[in-house]
Amino acid sequence: MSEIEFLNWVRGPGFQIAVIIFIAGIIIRFAEILMLGRKANLAEPKGSEMSGGLHTIVSRSFPDKSTFQRSTFTVVAGYLFHIGLFVTIFLFAPHILMFKDIFGFGWPSLPTPVVDAMAVVTIIALLAVLAHRMSDTVLKFITTKEDYLVWMLTILPLVTGYMAFHRIGMTAPTLLALHILSVELLLVVFPFTKLMHGFTFALSRWYNGAISGYRGVQS
Amino acid sequence: MSASLEKGINALKEQVDSTVASFFSSCVHCGMCADACLFYTETGCPTATPIHKVEPLRRIWKSEYTLLGRVGKMFGLTAKVDDELLSKWETKVYDHCTLCGRCSMVCPMGIDIALLIQKTREGMAAAGYAPESLIGATKRAVTIGSPMGVKLPALMAQIKHVENDTGLTIPMDVVGAEYMLLLSSMEIMNFPEFIEAIAKIFTKADVSWTISSEAFEATNSGIQIGVADIAAELVQRIVDAAEKLKVKTVISPECGHAYMAIRWEGPNLIGKPFSFKVRHILEILDEFRQDGRLKINGKEEQRLTYHDPCQISRRGGVIEQPRNLIDMFSDNFVEMPDAGKMNWCCGAGGGVSTNERADKVRLKVFQRKKDQLDEIKPDAIISACSNCRIHLEDGLEEYNMDIPLMSLTETLAEHLE
Repeated sequence: MSEIEFLNWVRGPGFQIAVIIFIAGIIIRFAEILMLGRKANLAEPKGSEMSGGLHTIVSRSFPDKSTFQRSTFTVVAGYLFHIGLFVTIFLFAPHILMFKDIFGFGWPSLPTPVVDAMAVVTIIALLAVLAHRMSDTVLKFITTKEDYLVWMLTILPLVTGYMAFHRIGMTAPTLLALHILSVELLLVVFPFTKLMHGFTFALSRWYNGAISGYRGVQS
Repeated sequence: MSASLEKGINALKEQVDSTVASFFSSCVHCGMCADACLFYTETGCPTATPIHKVEPLRRIWKSEYTLLGRVGKMFGLTAKVDDELLSKWETKVYDHCTLCGRCSMVCPMGIDIALLIQKTREGMAAAGYAPESLIGATKRAVTIGSPMGVKLPALMAQIKHVENDTGLTIPMDVVGAEYMLLLSSMEIMNFPEFIEAIAKIFTKADVSWTISSEAFEATNSGIQIGVADIAAELVQRIVDAAEKLKVKTVISPECGHAYMAIRWEGPNLIGKPFSFKVRHILEILDEFRQDGRLKINGKEEQRLTYHDPCQISRRGGVIEQPRNLIDMFSDNFVEMPDAGKMNWCCGAGGGVSTNERADKVRLKVFQRKKDQLDEIKPDAIISACSNCRIHLEDGLEEYNMDIPLMSLTETLAEHLE
């Protein structure tokens, strides 16, 4: 297979397969969770499940002062790489063109040098997160192989994207093909690993807030 | 597979619902729950990480309720729950967790880890992996009616003392009373002053109340050990008594898990809503305050602080009321750092105080409370849970701290006009 054929495959059939697994996987996972159902609470309520749940979906993004002081690194590095991923995925001009192709509409991009710098910041943040995971007593103890796999699959698109943009080491079509392939790998494992938190966080935060809100406590 | 292990696994399966599945689906192993748990912060031991404690339940969810886990199970790749695992997890789930729920407030994914630990206990207890002393307390609760073995004659003896001391009558089995008071064995045996305080306050407030001779015990060992059937039976006794006496409101006393058991778990355990209301004593006292039924004479001058019992504040929603009440008799009230819904546990809730095996660790993690107290240096501590109170007294003694402990209800009674 020539490098152009490779690029065409990852852009065409490869991409379609990855997206289908991604979407089907997410639907299956949500069905798995929601079909289990949940018993109605028979205790006399003191507050609202709905407002408690909705509040916690938002409020859990902002730790209280004491929690922030105790988990400063986790919070700061976590924020950095999540914002970085958002910027590099959704605000990079060539990516928006691709989304426009798929959805039929686009949105404004950030200047390319800004996204480029953000990619570097994100890569550094992810490296720091890995170092923390490998050195911190608690993290070392609770980390599983899946955590390392997910870390690898998250940083790969950033590294290959950065290399493709700066044409480092290989020809442009090969670099681009590798970048797209790394994204496809991420899409395929997404629904079946902890990456799924990107969607289920809203559900679990809602449940937490609803359980507390019912008892009149804002969680 | 042994019969008891099978029971345990079935009990764990019964615990899995959409909340459990969404919680496990969202965990990213960030470790922030450890920083929120006094069993980790004070021991530095990573096995105390809250999310780690629910591994048995996670394995059941993964292997039975996810596509990937089921496929993995066919090839023997998904981790199993066996006797070895459960036996290893017994101390993690019972000795190193008070179900205080602070981790549930901190998790960035919103995982209610304390709820998962409580659910894990259901499986552990069913498989026979629960502390001996908790099993004993639960047996006494079922057969005698009290985890400490307190029978009606013991209560009647204490009531007689109180009646002689105060000249007041403690109304027993009064049909049609507005309020039915429950008591914890700890209050009956160690703090009969509580009964005295209630008698004074309720007489001054001019409300009708009663104690049932058939169901006076408020605590629920079934909740602590994690056996829903027993918990339901203990709740049903209270429901039967309340319905027989046709009371409007059942009052949970100064005990954290008793309130959780009867107020929030009770109707769900017996499978139907109550025909009466359940309130914590602090909620009732705050209602009396609002209605102008409490007249206060003189203020405490010493520097007071309030220890929030986890099941009453964070898990129970009674946070404002104690502060409103303390304000009535104190101008010198100071909050501990992290007070209210983020307060740190005393270290002995959730059955830990009953579990003799955990005596050493509960005193070790008291260091957290000590640090909180050292920052504000109060003259006295007020609380509203006799279990917290006993353990706080233990801890203060262990760390040579000379700070008196007061019950909110009792202190309020002392300041009545």
